[in-house]
Amino acid sequence: MSTNNHSAHDVRSELRNPLKRARGLGSAQSGVGHWWTQRVTAAALVFLAIWFVLTVLGALHADYATARSIVAKPWNALLLVAFVLAVCWHAVLGLQVVIEDYVHTRWKEVVLLVLVKFIAVLGTLATLMAVLRVALGA
Amino acid sequence: MAEFSLPKNSKVQPGKHFPAKDAKKPRTFRIYRWSPDDGQNPRIDTYEVDLAACGPMVLDALLKIKNEIDSTLTLRRSCREGICGSCAMNIDGTNTLACTKAIEDCASGDVKIYPLPHMPVVKDLVPDLTHFYAQFASIKPWLRTQSPAPADKERLQSPEDRKKLDGLYECILCACCSTSCPSYWWNGDRYLGPAILLQAYRWIVDSRDEDTGARLDDLEDPFKLYRCHTIMNCARTCPKGLNPAKAIAEIKKLIVERRT
Repeated sequence: MSTNNHSAHDVRSELRNPLKRARGLGSAQSGVGHWWTQRVTAAALVFLAIWFVLTVLGALHADYATARSIVAKPWNALLLVAFVLAVCWHAVLGLQVVIEDYVHTRWKEVVLLVLVKFIAVLGTLATLMAVLRVALGA
Repeated sequence: MAEFSLPKNSKVQPGKHFPAKDAKKPRTFRIYRWSPDDGQNPRIDTYEVDLAACGPMVLDALLKIKNEIDSTLTLRRSCREGICGSCAMNIDGTNTLACTKAIEDCASGDVKIYPLPHMPVVKDLVPDLTHFYAQFASIKPWLRTQSPAPADKERLQSPEDRKKLDGLYECILCACCSTSCPSYWWNGDRYLGPAILLQAYRWIVDSRDEDTGARLDDLEDPFKLYRCHTIMNCARTCPKGLNPAKAIAEIKKLIVERRT
């Protein structure tokens, strides 16, 4: 539609009323959950990210045993888990918007949307396992 | 993918030059030209206009060019006072109305004039707004009520409720905001865009309208409404000084409000 090539217009589409295209498949009746969750995780990340950066700075130049004991502290383990969950959740929601905005080949869009979710879930589980192993002393 | 470069047949070529003879106050206008009939690529024609014999607005210069220099230049215009929205185009890098944009307010150097961005071009400065108007029709922009009309008077509205329409009713649907919005460029087939969403909010917030819930139902969609990423180009470019981004934010707030 965005080129100047009017001769390429589909004759069938010109027989349709423009309202048919504008109304499309109608409203999905969703989207507010995505929007609200993105904002809530963003708000949580304001605090969690500050805590995370401070904790990492505190662990600078620490040896392995000290770093391990920092992660193993209950409050640190809890906040670390919360941080990872919020980051991955927020990232999935954000990347979904980016993909929907820019990838307009349907199969690529769907593959990417699913792939991002798989990667995020695996990444989250791997990080959680790591933290829990340290925290619970497995 | 989204289109970040122009297709081959849309690449803009240098065009003709129309110098002004003995001009007292010459100013150069560089204008996008494209005709569906000659099979040529778009081009930029250069016109020198004597501002000593021309009105103050960009539309005055365009009409002077059309009347006195090159009658093939094609553009829409009607009211020449910022109320019809016909002469919306991209002037000096910003979408605005040619009739209310003063030539002297354009940056120094040549005045560049293009059609509204990322719309199919009908000819020269005339974009195809068919889909834009169909999207407007799709929100059913009229008073929708369940209660019967009062027998002997209009549906009344308090001055406070009327005030809520200020900043909304002034929209003339010139499409400057929607065509300045990157989200509308990439997903305009499904995203309603700032102009139509502002119009939708104009009916949502109207104290006399009784179909608010259905209006919100129709808008609650990842593409129709939530493609707005608060880029704010709409508010910056609106030639009437309105803020469509705020109207969209209010719609989002109402949709959150009704579920909590």
